[in-house]
Amino acid sequence: MVLNGVNLRVGSGEVHAVMGPNGSGKSTLAYAIMGRPGYEVTAGSIGLNGVDLVDLSPWERAHAGLFSTQQYPTEVPGVGLEIMLEEAVAAVGGDRSAVEAQVAAEADLVGFDVELLYRSLNVDLSGGEMKRSEAVQLGVLRPRIAILDELDSGLDVDALAAVSHRIEQATHQDDLGVLAITHFSRLLTVLHADVVHVLIDGVIRETGGPELAAQLEETGYDPWIDDRSVAPVEIHLGGDPWL
Amino acid sequence: MIDSQFTPEAAGAIPGPDWLARRRVAAAEQVAASAMPSVEEELWRYTPIGQLDLGRYQLATDAGAQSPTPIPGHCAIADTSNGWLCGMELALETAAQGVEVRPLGESDAELAASVDVDLFAVMNAAFSVEPVLVRVPPGVSVEGPIVVRHWIDAEGAAVFPRLIVDAGADSSVEVLELYGSADVAAFVSPVVEIRVASAARVGYLAMQDLGPKVWHIGSQVSHIGSQAHMRASTAALGGGYARMRLDTHLSGRGATGDLISLYFGDGDQTLDFRTFQDHAAPDTTSSLLFKGAVDDSSRSVYTGLIRVRPEARGTNAYQTNRNIKLSEDAWAESVPNLEIENNEVHCSHASAVGPIDGEQLFYLESRGVPTETAERLIVTGFFDEVLDQFPVLEAVPAVRDRLHSKIEGFSHHHAIERNGSGA
Repeated sequence: MVLNGVNLRVGSGEVHAVMGPNGSGKSTLAYAIMGRPGYEVTAGSIGLNGVDLVDLSPWERAHAGLFSTQQYPTEVPGVGLEIMLEEAVAAVGGDRSAVEAQVAAEADLVGFDVELLYRSLNVDLSGGEMKRSEAVQLGVLRPRIAILDELDSGLDVDALAAVSHRIEQATHQDDLGVLAITHFSRLLTVLHADVVHVLIDGVIRETGGPELAAQLEETGYDPWIDDRSVAPVEIHLGGDPWL
Repeated sequence: MIDSQFTPEAAGAIPGPDWLARRRVAAAEQVAASAMPSVEEELWRYTPIGQLDLGRYQLATDAGAQSPTPIPGHCAIADTSNGWLCGMELALETAAQGVEVRPLGESDAELAASVDVDLFAVMNAAFSVEPVLVRVPPGVSVEGPIVVRHWIDAEGAAVFPRLIVDAGADSSVEVLELYGSADVAAFVSPVVEIRVASAARVGYLAMQDLGPKVWHIGSQVSHIGSQAHMRASTAALGGGYARMRLDTHLSGRGATGDLISLYFGDGDQTLDFRTFQDHAAPDTTSSLLFKGAVDDSSRSVYTGLIRVRPEARGTNAYQTNRNIKLSEDAWAESVPNLEIENNEVHCSHASAVGPIDGEQLFYLESRGVPTETAERLIVTGFFDEVLDQFPVLEAVPAVRDRLHSKIEGFSHHHAIERNGSGA
């Protein structure tokens, strides 16, 4: 999948939704921003608070303030949530001894069963437990921008509400900027988007307010499907709200 | 012909009970009439066996230092040094239960039956200077592990440790064997016999942490009786070429054998395992899990055979071998095999050789964990599944520490390779 015209500007504290049909490039967009191996940026720019991310490794992007949730979080056998967060915190000069208490507090906020902390990352967890786990990670790491890839897939209603609530809280308290990538407008009933983008064939065809999601409910993606225009990829994350 | 100092005369000169002396001489005659194995033989494929020059090694005449590795909570400990027994302790309460930990004596002639699976096991029968017997009477549960520690510090020593574990019916015991050495060139060829009588429970763990100039060619043969359970594990960390052949015979109805091992190669080590799960009775179960990692230009070989004999209906047999290749120059071979002569069985095998999982690496990195740290966490986690199942819990911290220091070494030099300089 190739992205051709993605002009995104996600300011701090804003919630943006990228909506599109299957195969429109939604996951590619999430992976390209996070720097997943195999997703090459041949032209265009991705910046976070003025830092060019394109040549950075995924962990350097994380240190710049980026966070992403995966649609199907990878199982990492033998590696626990806490040790991973301790290493992540220590890598930026943080206090690893504070992580345990932070994890407990965040787990409490999103209803993540502390017994599950002893399991390996994403191993033997339900869809809801995995996303609650990712919300705990977000809470401890306090990123500036979170890319949420199909946050609502495989999630029960309670878990989706708890996780969405924690993310919205972070947008208010920590000025977290959010780019939520989703197939369905269902997500937007619990995670309220300020801006909605329509992504088709790797190109953002339309950008609007929350009413755009409502329009999509009625018309589907048909109104944009014949558009063949392309444009450069420019993604600006963080910084002052532009709305 | 084995043209060396390992002659029948030399075997006959080793002190010991008469029956043992006779067996030694007979075995040495067999050795003298044998040819060295060659890589042409399937069981010696992928090995450097052609480079082994037995003429460079000789039986050590004296004990040297004793193993420096402490193991907490043991109820008995036997130390050998350069093959010779140099220390023996048995807790009073364990001795009072009738448990024996001792060298072989005149009364042990019934142990003469040979279990030698290859030329080196025959050499062991001929030249093991002080075999150790661990015997647990029927119905006795032993508290705390029985530890046998082998230490080698004589340059050019040929050492043939032999341990016989004889667990009586309905008994329960855990045995730990440690192999370590100073930085000497040596040839170490151990044999372990494990006899698990009906309804007995045996845990056995071998930690092999010999120096890089040591050849280690060993075998372990176990017989598991009806309704008995054995869990046998190896942590292979040291040695230049280090090989274990493991023959597990599920001999009695309802016998269970768990074979849980790990290995980590670096430098130019070759770590080699040949396993046989032999189901010879109905309703027997064996599960094998071997996990290894190879770094630098090290190599590993795993070949395994599950054999289900015609009489072994109701067999459950599993075999899993997974390998992580940590460097371009490292190499791992994994060859599982099944030979099934009964239709009422459940058997499976799985094997894999590959680099660190890229998806796992990306997940940790996307959280801000730098590459080297993420790799270290993943490799450490890969082995946790094995360590979590090891018997002899008292020894697991020592294995874990040693394994982690090897993983640290890998992580450190990968950091240097990525970042240019270690300064």
